[in-house]
Amino acid sequence: MSAAQAAPRVKPTSLTFQDLLFRLQRFWAERGCVIQQPYDVEVGAGTMCPETFLRVLGPKPYRVGYAQPSRRPADGRYGENPNRLFKHTQFQLILKPPPVNVQELYLESLEAMGIDLKHHDLKFEEDNWEWPAGGAWGVGWQVMLDGLEITQFTYFQQCGGLDLDPICAELTYGMERIAAFLQDVDSIYDIVWARDPDTGAVVTYGDVRLAEELQFSVYNFELAEVPRLWEHFNSFEAEAHALLEKASALLADENASPEAKKRFPLLPTYELALKCSNLFNLLDARGAISVTERVGVIGRIRNLVVGVAKAWAMQQLLASSG
Amino acid sequence: MADFLLEIGLEEVPARMIAGAEAELGRRVSDLLKRERLLAPEAKTTTYSTPRRLAVLAEGVLAQQADIEEILTGPSWQVAFKDSEPTPAAHAFAKKAGVAVAELKKVTTSKGEYVGATMKRTGRTANEILAAELPKEALTIYWAKNMYWRAGKPERFVRPVRWVVALMDAAVVPLEIAGIAAGNVSRGHRVLHGEAPVVIDEARNYSKSLRGAAVIVDVAERRQIIRKALDAATRTVAGARWREDEALVETVVHLTEWPSVILGDFEPEYLALPEEVLVTVMRDHQKYFAIEDENGKLAPHFLAVLNTQADAEGAAIIRHGNARVLRARFKDARFFWDMDQKTPLAERMESLKSVTFQKELGSYYWKTEQNLAVASALASALKSVDFPFSEEALFKAVELAKTDLTAELVKEFTELQGVIGGLYARAQGLGERVALAIYEQYTPGSTEGEIPVSVEGQLLGLADRIQTIVAMFGIGSAPTGSKDPFALRRAANAIVKILAEAELPLTLGDVINASGAEGENKALVEAFLRERVHFYLKDVRGFAYDVVNAVLAAGADDVRDAIARAEALTAARGSEDFVAVSAAFKRIKNILRQAEEKGYQPTEPKLSQSPLEAIDLWQRTKELAEQVAKLREQRAYSEALAAIATLRPAVDAFFDKVMVLDPDATVRGAHLGLIDRVQRSFSTIADFSEIVTG
Repeated sequence: MSAAQAAPRVKPTSLTFQDLLFRLQRFWAERGCVIQQPYDVEVGAGTMCPETFLRVLGPKPYRVGYAQPSRRPADGRYGENPNRLFKHTQFQLILKPPPVNVQELYLESLEAMGIDLKHHDLKFEEDNWEWPAGGAWGVGWQVMLDGLEITQFTYFQQCGGLDLDPICAELTYGMERIAAFLQDVDSIYDIVWARDPDTGAVVTYGDVRLAEELQFSVYNFELAEVPRLWEHFNSFEAEAHALLEKASALLADENASPEAKKRFPLLPTYELALKCSNLFNLLDARGAISVTERVGVIGRIRNLVVGVAKAWAMQQLLASSG
Repeated sequence: MADFLLEIGLEEVPARMIAGAEAELGRRVSDLLKRERLLAPEAKTTTYSTPRRLAVLAEGVLAQQADIEEILTGPSWQVAFKDSEPTPAAHAFAKKAGVAVAELKKVTTSKGEYVGATMKRTGRTANEILAAELPKEALTIYWAKNMYWRAGKPERFVRPVRWVVALMDAAVVPLEIAGIAAGNVSRGHRVLHGEAPVVIDEARNYSKSLRGAAVIVDVAERRQIIRKALDAATRTVAGARWREDEALVETVVHLTEWPSVILGDFEPEYLALPEEVLVTVMRDHQKYFAIEDENGKLAPHFLAVLNTQADAEGAAIIRHGNARVLRARFKDARFFWDMDQKTPLAERMESLKSVTFQKELGSYYWKTEQNLAVASALASALKSVDFPFSEEALFKAVELAKTDLTAELVKEFTELQGVIGGLYARAQGLGERVALAIYEQYTPGSTEGEIPVSVEGQLLGLADRIQTIVAMFGIGSAPTGSKDPFALRRAANAIVKILAEAELPLTLGDVINASGAEGENKALVEAFLRERVHFYLKDVRGFAYDVVNAVLAAGADDVRDAIARAEALTAARGSEDFVAVSAAFKRIKNILRQAEEKGYQPTEPKLSQSPLEAIDLWQRTKELAEQVAKLREQRAYSEALAAIATLRPAVDAFFDKVMVLDPDATVRGAHLGLIDRVQRSFSTIADFSEIVTG
């Protein structure tokens, strides 16, 4: 037998899932970040929230962090797979513009979660990111801790088809992975979410979320009604389109007042586009979108998302100039 | 003489790009120094890199360019001086050259006499030149993917530049790259050294200073450390060996600044998963090395290359963490494997209808039907010559070949397409021949790869690829220039390689005919494949280009035959007689071309009025042609070429004594008829006139 068996026992962290989140939020709050609450519309990734997607446009500096539940219907496994979830928690951080010591800050944030880097192997491995439907891409790394990808670190270059200037750094921490790793549990559902300080009684991730994983898997894979999903999709798309048309006419209209332009509801328009994106993911999980159709539908979502981004950038320009 | 050091400090550069960039930086620095006359003849340039830095050390750099004198030429002497008196033109020139009029002198050139001025140019300092030129050089390094990071987007580079060290011996060279002023402070290993500045006291101490900060800047040294550490860790398992993987070694060399290796274990129960899946997870997904036992079978261990040096506690944590990740991945793979078994391959055919092969062509269901038609034509060709293979297994394999595209495990490990189908076919009891053919359908994946070992696998591979090529050509998607989005060249290379290296009695023509290609499309595909045969002979097999041209001029259809001819021809080139005969063939070709241009017609070689040498050549040709034809039939090409070489005395004597283009039309026609016959008789193996003899 190899030397591996004789190794000393590894001591798991006593920090709970929520402790880890608290620590991350506090760490970044102390470095000048706004700590936002999760966005209340279904998204596939923290990037899609307006706090990232729209904030990164334009010149205005911004620093924000939030724990965003992210839905990927096709990844659901009825709560049976210990490593895969329909909905996972991304701690999403935007630093615009990125400070020169952004990597060092990131490493400090790991230490803040109780990770002693002296006892771990850390690598930044190339991993570029792209969201074609959002006209967004960036370059960066997957951060590997002892062979586990714990963070996606991206320097955004483009968003909504627009070049970013300044750029921003986006850090996306995979909270379930980090917690399972630090608590040394083999199943996400065994993660300790909270511990009663008086009794020591624990509430696990499974206690909190298992039913949701099971029931959403059943809905996403078996019961979501395809024609109705399409109906919803078409309806949200139509409304978003109508708003976008009004927006572009208004923003281009030299006689329209700056006030009229500033109050135009682009944020709600963006929500409608997000709805379409989530419906697309549901349809995809239902196997209702053929490969040929796929490109076309992604193109329709892209039109909305990029349309909003462009209008938003213009609206922001007006707001800052007047 | 001084030593110059440049280090560009970066955030982690992608491993795949480092080696190229390191070499390019070295080249750029050394070219710049040479161009600016700053490099001593005995100078030496060494390059270094880690994920966080590119560096170059030039030893033997001059602090300053040597002063030079040059003569500036001005207006003609007559214009500048009238009656020995300087004109305004002379004054203007002296002013421009920065000398007194009295210092102007006469310069005599081939064009006449001119006014000249000797100008002294003081050499610029190395610092001045480096500050002005080096940043541009550094920022033009090629990167496969760039980014910008500073506001206003002043430059693009692979990752943000965070520090710059530029030293001439101990002195900082005042230059600035991407807004960062150079200094003498570098950075050490992120964790082992931390954020304390690493001062480089002297350029030549670069490597030593960084070693003190837990960074090995020499790539070759890191490679050696890693290989030794892999060996050492493996020795703790009796009889074990780590699986050599050069590409993976290179990757981890460029992912580490201070490498070490740990050995980890996984549960032996996972060895029940196919080795292909285990290795893909370890190598491609986790960058671990696999370990095999004395019989070459996978052992339940892995080797991870770390970018740190951990103590016992750290090593235990790291080993535990890596093993945990690997176990989760294996567990996933097993989950997918089990899930996939619930729907056997045979039941997956229908679902191929919703997997697009190509939008304008159809689904993989369509593709499978097409492949079946091609395979059955190939099968007929083999049956007609009683070539042994299992037709039943072939058709089954073709039918199921693409069904693994719907398997979860393939969605997870796309690089194992085909391999997983083959493994499933075996597990589902479809027979070894069927399983093997599906398994190896995508081999060879490159010109270095092995061809399928089974005849059914070879046929499936041929049918699938030629169908793709013909269909893609049919919708106007042939490769153009460097654009080959559907990798059709790779597909064609594989066809050629299979025909060349398998024992199949098939020619390119057979394969193209089996595809049902017609008309113009067929001609295009033929030309395309012929080009790939040329590539295969020249670039894969390494035959000389003239040998390849000569051989292919006599036919490219039978690939193995072309190789045999090329081998014989390559060997024959060593013979002096053969080279002389080749030269004679070139001459024949030229004469025939001239004759054609002048409208001279070759006639039947009636040689009654011809010189003896012509008659002799005619006799030798007749005798030899018969012999050569027989040898060609037997594919005894070396013997055939040796026979052709014996033509030398006759052909030499003929050209010595006979004027082919005789003024007499009858004689001339007969001569032309003779050499035409010579050429035709001996051009079935190769067109010898293509051979470079000079």
